[in-house]
Amino acid sequence: MKSSAPITNSTITDRPGLDPGASVGLALAHDSAARHVQGSAAYVDDLPEPAGTLHVAPGSAGAARGPIRSMDLDAVRASPGVAAVLTAADIPGENDCSPAFGDDPILAAGEILFHGQVVFAVVAATRDAARRAARRARIEVAARPPRVTVDDGLADGAEVMPPYEFRRGAPEAAIAAAPHRLDGRVRIGGQEHFYLEGQAALAVPGEDDEMRVHSSTQHPSEVQHLVARMLGAPDAAVVCECRRMGGGFGGKESQAAQWACLAALAARVTGRPAKVRLDRDDDMAMTGKRHDFRVDWRCGFDGGGVLTGVDADLDARCGCSADLSPGVNDRAMFHADNAYYYPAARIRSRRVRTDTVSNTAFRGFGGPQGMLVAERMMDAAAITLGLDPLRVRKRNLYGPGRDVTPYGMRVGEHVVPRLVRELERTSGYAARRRAIARFNARGGTLRRGIALTPVKFGISFTLRELNQAGALVHVFTDGSVQVNHGGTEMGQGLHVKVAQVVAEEFGIGVDQVRITATRTDKVPNAPPTAASSGSDLNGMAAHRAARTIRRRLAALAARLFQVREAEVGFAGGRVRVGAETISFGELARLAFTERVSLSSTGYYATPKVSWDRDTASGRPFLYFAGGAACSEVAVDTETGEMRVERVDVLHDAGRSLNPAIDMGQIEGGFVQGMGWLTTEELVFDETGRLLTHAPSTYKIPTCSDVPADFRVALFEPGRNREPTIHRSKAVGEPPLMLALSVFSAITHALASLSPGRVPPLDAPATPEAILRAADAMRAEA
Amino acid sequence: MSRHIVRFLRRGRLVERRGFAPTETLLEHLRLRERALGTKEGCAEGDCGACTVAIGRLQSGRLAYEPVNACIQLLGAIDGTEVVTVDDLAEPGGRLHPVQRALVDAHASQCGFCTPGFVMSLFTLYHAGVRADRAIVNDWLAGNLCRCTGYRPIADAALACCSGEADDAYAKRAAETARRLAALAEGEDDLFTGNEDAFFAAPSTEDGLAALAARFPDATIVAGATDVGLWITKQLRELPRIVHTGRVASLHEIREEDDRVEIGAAATYAEAEPALRALDPDIGEMLRRLGSKQVRAAGTVGGNIANGSPIGDSPPVLIALGATIELRLRDTRRTLPLEDFFLDYGRQDRAPGEILTRIVVPRPGPAEHFRCYKVSKRYDQDISALLGAFRLRIERGRVAEACIAYGGMAATPKRARNAERAATGLRLDEPAAWPAAADALADDFSPIDDHRASAAYRMRVARSLLAKALAEIAGRPSAETRVAGMRERAAA
Repeated sequence: MKSSAPITNSTITDRPGLDPGASVGLALAHDSAARHVQGSAAYVDDLPEPAGTLHVAPGSAGAARGPIRSMDLDAVRASPGVAAVLTAADIPGENDCSPAFGDDPILAAGEILFHGQVVFAVVAATRDAARRAARRARIEVAARPPRVTVDDGLADGAEVMPPYEFRRGAPEAAIAAAPHRLDGRVRIGGQEHFYLEGQAALAVPGEDDEMRVHSSTQHPSEVQHLVARMLGAPDAAVVCECRRMGGGFGGKESQAAQWACLAALAARVTGRPAKVRLDRDDDMAMTGKRHDFRVDWRCGFDGGGVLTGVDADLDARCGCSADLSPGVNDRAMFHADNAYYYPAARIRSRRVRTDTVSNTAFRGFGGPQGMLVAERMMDAAAITLGLDPLRVRKRNLYGPGRDVTPYGMRVGEHVVPRLVRELERTSGYAARRRAIARFNARGGTLRRGIALTPVKFGISFTLRELNQAGALVHVFTDGSVQVNHGGTEMGQGLHVKVAQVVAEEFGIGVDQVRITATRTDKVPNAPPTAASSGSDLNGMAAHRAARTIRRRLAALAARLFQVREAEVGFAGGRVRVGAETISFGELARLAFTERVSLSSTGYYATPKVSWDRDTASGRPFLYFAGGAACSEVAVDTETGEMRVERVDVLHDAGRSLNPAIDMGQIEGGFVQGMGWLTTEELVFDETGRLLTHAPSTYKIPTCSDVPADFRVALFEPGRNREPTIHRSKAVGEPPLMLALSVFSAITHALASLSPGRVPPLDAPATPEAILRAADAMRAEA
Repeated sequence: MSRHIVRFLRRGRLVERRGFAPTETLLEHLRLRERALGTKEGCAEGDCGACTVAIGRLQSGRLAYEPVNACIQLLGAIDGTEVVTVDDLAEPGGRLHPVQRALVDAHASQCGFCTPGFVMSLFTLYHAGVRADRAIVNDWLAGNLCRCTGYRPIADAALACCSGEADDAYAKRAAETARRLAALAEGEDDLFTGNEDAFFAAPSTEDGLAALAARFPDATIVAGATDVGLWITKQLRELPRIVHTGRVASLHEIREEDDRVEIGAAATYAEAEPALRALDPDIGEMLRRLGSKQVRAAGTVGGNIANGSPIGDSPPVLIALGATIELRLRDTRRTLPLEDFFLDYGRQDRAPGEILTRIVVPRPGPAEHFRCYKVSKRYDQDISALLGAFRLRIERGRVAEACIAYGGMAATPKRARNAERAATGLRLDEPAAWPAAADALADDFSPIDDHRASAAYRMRVARSLLAKALAEIAGRPSAETRVAGMRERAAA
């Protein structure tokens, strides 16, 4: 079969070879695109405010740790426009907004756990009045020195959860017996989500104990449950709704709940609608981030750079509570191999408690930190042996016979080696590496570097119960269709993908399918939209709901027109019944007349996944998604400034549901990962205060940080071996880790300062971190 | 005769506001008063650009649109302009504006929250009369953060629609809009809303401004509000009396003389940029990286001096160039070297009620070489960790005279007198002797640790920058000394 032109970011097309009238595989625009550009897409703060809506602002104490000695809120209450001041004592039910462990107070209860923790909340006529009043509190804390860093927490033996370990074979012996041994420590910084829309919620009280909450959340079901528990009401009294978020990235998975709870509490106490919209600085100080890690690694390898054993200690700053840290740290361990076979391995994780904001989910969920360690070992082995790191990487990739992960799961298909080989060719890696070697050999201040790194990322929630989804599909008698599912839209294009799946099933145009806001009273008990699972789970659930209705319609048509069901077909907005065709709407109308239900739920539970955490065995992932990236950088070794000059990406999205949406996830994920590894630096002072709490001081990439030469292609033969929705692959998180190629390219550039030595580069590679590593290289030389 | 009403054009109609709080922002007006909800608040400090709107003004008699951050733009400061927001662009019936169409076609929105700001930044580029290339787009969008797309599709959309030829409803009615704006400016009067206890005042003459500032010495003098705006939105400071400099036409004047450039204290960076850029390509690059398009459209060179920031980018550059400033208290004017204006952290040589009126920048002489380098975590729209500016007079291969200033190294922008002395006499062909001169920087500065950089890094890089300047002046092309901001490219 002749191969068609690949889909690249300079030519985004429908997936080649689609049937006419197909919906799945079309490169459709985001369903809200026209509204985005007109400013008419509504976020929580844009919803019409019911009459009498009050506004809530959080207040905190200026300390990181210690019991609250006294709290004087008189001036707050006396402030103009104030309707109520809320403290823990006002909470009728449970004072907790944690996802599982009961350790995240909505309002501080006697004890300050971190700098910026919400102690009270002001409810006032305007947001401005609430914010002004909130600054008038006088709170005395018997402050103790906080544990701020991983090192502080470890020194104190403080953990939010017990340590955990994977072990396979005898890594200590394997390393000891290896011809070459290396060890090192790398520090990996955290990351602020910087969703453009800050945390927001609007609560509208209903009859009796009922409450409706509009929340900018990735997890409406959890918000519903936590609000109900906070109010002391049954889950059934609370509805949570989310039309869309202005970005989530994991930051609104568990940590949207606190603001929804505060809005609902204000609404309950005052009897009026209440809205919370955090100021950016409050948002950054009061909500958790990607975990920063300190990793100590040791490995043994042969003369060709092939690993024989790996031993890694992953110590993560979890902050003041468990939040999602157990899962995040497990996933870091699951990805400490990235795409490489470790014949013997010990992967250990400590979940360090500190007196800082509780760190949380962030795109990749620990995976990126784990994978950085794998790539550091590849670079270190190659540099030490004087080999091309790509050669070393290729030798270590999983392959037939070398396919069992440190946690005992078999890597079933080997796409990554193909991706790496193909990208090596299309990026011109070898020639560019030679040119860079010549450039660096001239010995100037500027050095260049190039690296090609793979990504292998496990798809499924590692907490088994989250791998389920529901959907609700209604067909109306004019042939238009409404779809609701448990997933939320945060910009990733989930809704248009699900609409394509449903349109395909009914053989109608996507414009006939309307996805409505996510609501807990339409699809209950949904998992968070997270772990890249949105379209895998909800696409399948919606597909099943639509299939149920289609079967009913097909049976009806067969009966009415006296043909066999196999002779009924749905395509192009028409229903073919034997030799005749009628419109989809006409058949829907007939179904109503004949009293056939036009509505159905659909349910999906991911098959095959199991994970026994106690024995560290099983199959935590249904499959792996993969990609590869090649980045080239230039570094000023006298200032530490760095430019990314070119990036090539080849990514496997399986049989893409929507190439345009998938391309957006790949490019956006790469750039977000690049920010994490370069300019984005979280700085806390010794009192536990976050100093980089606004975009003026916390620097995410801008347009000019993205190289003009940015070539991204979808892996054309991509197809999921597992029976996922239309054989697509999840694409939300994996591309973020393509940016590890930037970090390794900087490492390569610095390595030229002292050949054979491993640059001690930490992440993020800010100019200061790069210069520090460069000076260390020169000092060693 | 004072006017008590703020007037501006919206959607072809005249909007009049009176009795508003002096610190009300344009974004508050849009979202809370008009309930025009397309414009978003992302950070409330002028950094993310989600609130970008276009402000139409007459420039040399023609209508020109500039992007500004509505979150820190004072409502009173938009008097006499046209305000265009994302809500206004699509035609009735839903036909998208060319910029909107291009963004949809390029798949350039994901979560959509930043999108209104990008639309409006690109609207101003669409009307700028330039054919966009990637460098122009990067620069134009440096003040708009997107966390979803990775920017590539947005840049592609910009390249697709910004051809230099504007053909939209705004272009078609530009002459009419210009006429109406001219009519608003007719018989320029002083603007004074409120009362003596709480007011927003914007005199139209320098005399009026000097008189008002002297009469209310505790008033907050505001130019572009790119700094004061944060006092309002973040510190929630009460600023009951606001004196705005922006309506004084004479303070916007830029005079390019043979030996100097004179910049009115109220000239925005956008207004001053061409004249300053002409002094040296590095100054152009510094200005390109100073704030963003939005910040430079509102922020002023004078404001950046008067606020006394230790990390402002232009003061060290202007000090190294030997700039002087003119101050005025009532009718008394005085001039002083810019470096003497900065006394200590947060303290300047400005009497209560005294205003900054002019900045005079000498052109470098024929034997003088200028270099400046900004070092920050991110290239665009970041505050410097440090900035070094160097003006060296070279005679017969030696440094005959050195004027060196740094920002970010002390509590104020400051000259490196010891390093200047040590550099004087250095031979350009003897790089081995340069490090000794750089050692003198340790006598000039004891920088601090903060979230932008450590003291050690600042000192280390301060040395690097001096060496870099010497190497380049000695003839090394900047392609061998820099990873960005090449001089040769800028000069071409």
